[in-house]
Amino acid sequence: MAVRQWKGSVASTSSAPWQNRVFSVLAVVLAGIMAVFLIIPFIALIWRAVTLEGHIAASELSIASAVALSLGTTAVTIVFIVILGTPLAYFLARHQFPLKRLLTLFIEMPIVMPPVVAGLALLSAFGRRGLIGAPLASLNISVTFTLTAVILAQLFVSSPFYIRSAQSRFESLPREYEDAAAVDGASRWVIFWRVILPQSTRALLTGLILSWARALGEFGATILFAGNLQGRTQTLPLLVYGALEQDLRVTFVTALILLALAVLAFSLTRWLTGLDDYEGDTPTILG
Amino acid sequence: MKAKWWVVLLLLGRLAGCRTGQPETAQPQELTVFAASSLTDAFNELAQAFEAQNTAVEVVLNFASSSQLAAQLTEGAVADVFASANATQMQNVVNSGRITPGAEDWFVSNRLTIIVPADNPAGIHSLEDVAQPGVQLILAVKGVPVRQYTDEVVAAMAADFQEHFYNNLVSEEDNVRQVSAKVALGEADAGIVYTSDVTPDIAGRVQQIAIPEAQNVAAAYPIAPLADAPQPELAQSFIEFVLSAEGQSILAKWGFGPPPTS
Repeated sequence: MAVRQWKGSVASTSSAPWQNRVFSVLAVVLAGIMAVFLIIPFIALIWRAVTLEGHIAASELSIASAVALSLGTTAVTIVFIVILGTPLAYFLARHQFPLKRLLTLFIEMPIVMPPVVAGLALLSAFGRRGLIGAPLASLNISVTFTLTAVILAQLFVSSPFYIRSAQSRFESLPREYEDAAAVDGASRWVIFWRVILPQSTRALLTGLILSWARALGEFGATILFAGNLQGRTQTLPLLVYGALEQDLRVTFVTALILLALAVLAFSLTRWLTGLDDYEGDTPTILG
Repeated sequence: MKAKWWVVLLLLGRLAGCRTGQPETAQPQELTVFAASSLTDAFNELAQAFEAQNTAVEVVLNFASSSQLAAQLTEGAVADVFASANATQMQNVVNSGRITPGAEDWFVSNRLTIIVPADNPAGIHSLEDVAQPGVQLILAVKGVPVRQYTDEVVAAMAADFQEHFYNNLVSEEDNVRQVSAKVALGEADAGIVYTSDVTPDIAGRVQQIAIPEAQNVAAAYPIAPLADAPQPELAQSFIEFVLSAEGQSILAKWGFGPPPTS
């Protein structure tokens, strides 16, 4: 049978080089189109930004306050992600319980959820007529249109990246380490602090940087839930959008700042995952 | 190069339009109208009425704040008609060369009103109340016509009112319909919109607090064909329809006033 099949394909070899050439040409052309499509917008953005006329004297304030606001809120966000996300990731990695898959689905949902839907969901929960917002409002606490809302929006959309990264790292750590340390009389605090964390640093950092980048770029949930006011809730992405119709230079300068920060975050994660890998395979979301 | 992304957007809009549209046999002529977001309901109805009279025409509407539309047009977006909520944004497009100077017509007027959620949580009964401490006020962002008219109204008030008024501002929204939507959701204590924005859809969820005539401004809306409109004749007949008795009665139905006589 095998011989017959071989003969069959020999019969068509006369057209094979031609087909191969078509394959190569087609592959190169299609790959080229995709690559150019992905690269051109960046070149165009940078080109447009550097060739724009005029200066940004009067409105520099808006950029400065948006930079401060974005860096400040994302810093608070990542602190909360570490404090609240690490225990959640550890719990999920170490325990099996009913409906765990459902819980995981909810936790990871914001990764694939359209941000504007996330904003609507946050508004339904924390808005003045919301599930939690209404009781808060009766205590004269209003979350919508505040810095708190900016941080909640960032926390909601970005924490899953860290939790996912941390959870899969914790899961990959053999339980024997912990058991051995426990046999030696180490407390659970010491085990977590001296055994688990040191072996997970890179995975945690990678996840944290991804979360940070996502938080920094957060737009849809923020504009819906936190509103847009310079110096109060106007983060960098909101300024890019808002300045589009007022001052193109501000838009492009702000866009370049965001692009630079994204490149920085991306390089850091690449560097961390590329380091001599004594941790074993570090979970990557970037792939 | 500049225009590309808007062209893509319009093409997408066109595809979306085709799906709901007529059978493939009749290739309808397409008329693209860029209109201020305050015109959303009125222009949807105007477009339907216009299509009913001109069966071979499909009106494609693009609603956003006039300042966004002006920015899109300045960037080269393809359109036939621009209906702006103020003269400033119309002038921006004229200055860019996309509209011939003098081609504009006033077609409608509008008034400002304060809106509060139906249960009026901050107890607002007058424009002065909006400046009370603790009121959560939302306005459209600077550059959007309704904000310019609002700023004009506020500029005529006492200095300490102005200070307190702007201190109460908690968010600057993208366009006037975002303001009315967030007040209707109850997220803010007060917003300033056009009387025409209190549509049947939100009328049950908001209360209007009138701004007295003496303090109010008449917002005049200009409309014009694009100089490089793909459908110049259709653009002209659409504008004539908007200015006709039938067009004006549809606009009046949605809370707009007659155009200023000049």
